[in-house]
Amino acid sequence: MINVLLFAGLQEKVGKSEILVDKDILTIDELVSHIREIESRLDLTNVMVAVNEELVNDPDQVIRAGDTVALLPPVSGG
Amino acid sequence: MAKHFYITKEPIDINAVVKNVTHPHAGAINTFIGTVREMTKGKRTLFLEYDAYIPMAEKKLEQIGSEVNSRWKEARVSIVHRIGRLEISDIAVAIAVSTPHRADSYEASRYAIERIKEIVPIWKKEHWEDGEEWIGDQLEKTVYPSGKPGKEHLYD
Repeated sequence: MINVLLFAGLQEKVGKSEILVDKDILTIDELVSHIREIESRLDLTNVMVAVNEELVNDPDQVIRAGDTVALLPPVSGG
Repeated sequence: MAKHFYITKEPIDINAVVKNVTHPHAGAINTFIGTVREMTKGKRTLFLEYDAYIPMAEKKLEQIGSEVNSRWKEARVSIVHRIGRLEISDIAVAIAVSTPHRADSYEASRYAIERIKEIVPIWKKEHWEDGEEWIGDQLEKTVYPSGKPGKEHLYD
């Protein structure tokens, strides 16, 4: 099981702060496709994926159960 | 030692941020205070709401501190960002940089705020009289409805 954290607009859209993905190992690309299927309301255009609090740019990077995964919309702090 | 880089839900105490960088070797302390603006492009903001991925945001603030130190060796940096509901004129972010000489403190402070807008996972929601929207990028140019980011982002 992989917990995917949601923030800001994504969190509001889904109505919860995390999505549970019933997989133990998958790539970033597979994760994003999976989330598109189970949460079709979410528009993930330009959303970045952070694994263990670091942005991941490689869509083939593997995520395993226990990793902390987060979907990050473009930031607007300051 | 007091924390130098953090996210808080409480009002920011600018004196505490300045104290974090006060040092006998410093000849300048530059402070940047980002406040909630009422008018943006003719539109009146009622209040703002900030959300953050707190552990990652604090890590990225620390990273900005390291980046400043690699460019300005003797700089001391402290950055605090507030989240939750903020009213007009509330302090959203405070940066203090001390350096031996003033020119470096201005440059390093500017560097830090620009990096915050690029790499720190913090999001701002504008509340207006006629609606509300999460702001889509750190240049404040693209506004998108919830969950629909615009085409620009500045992640490295």
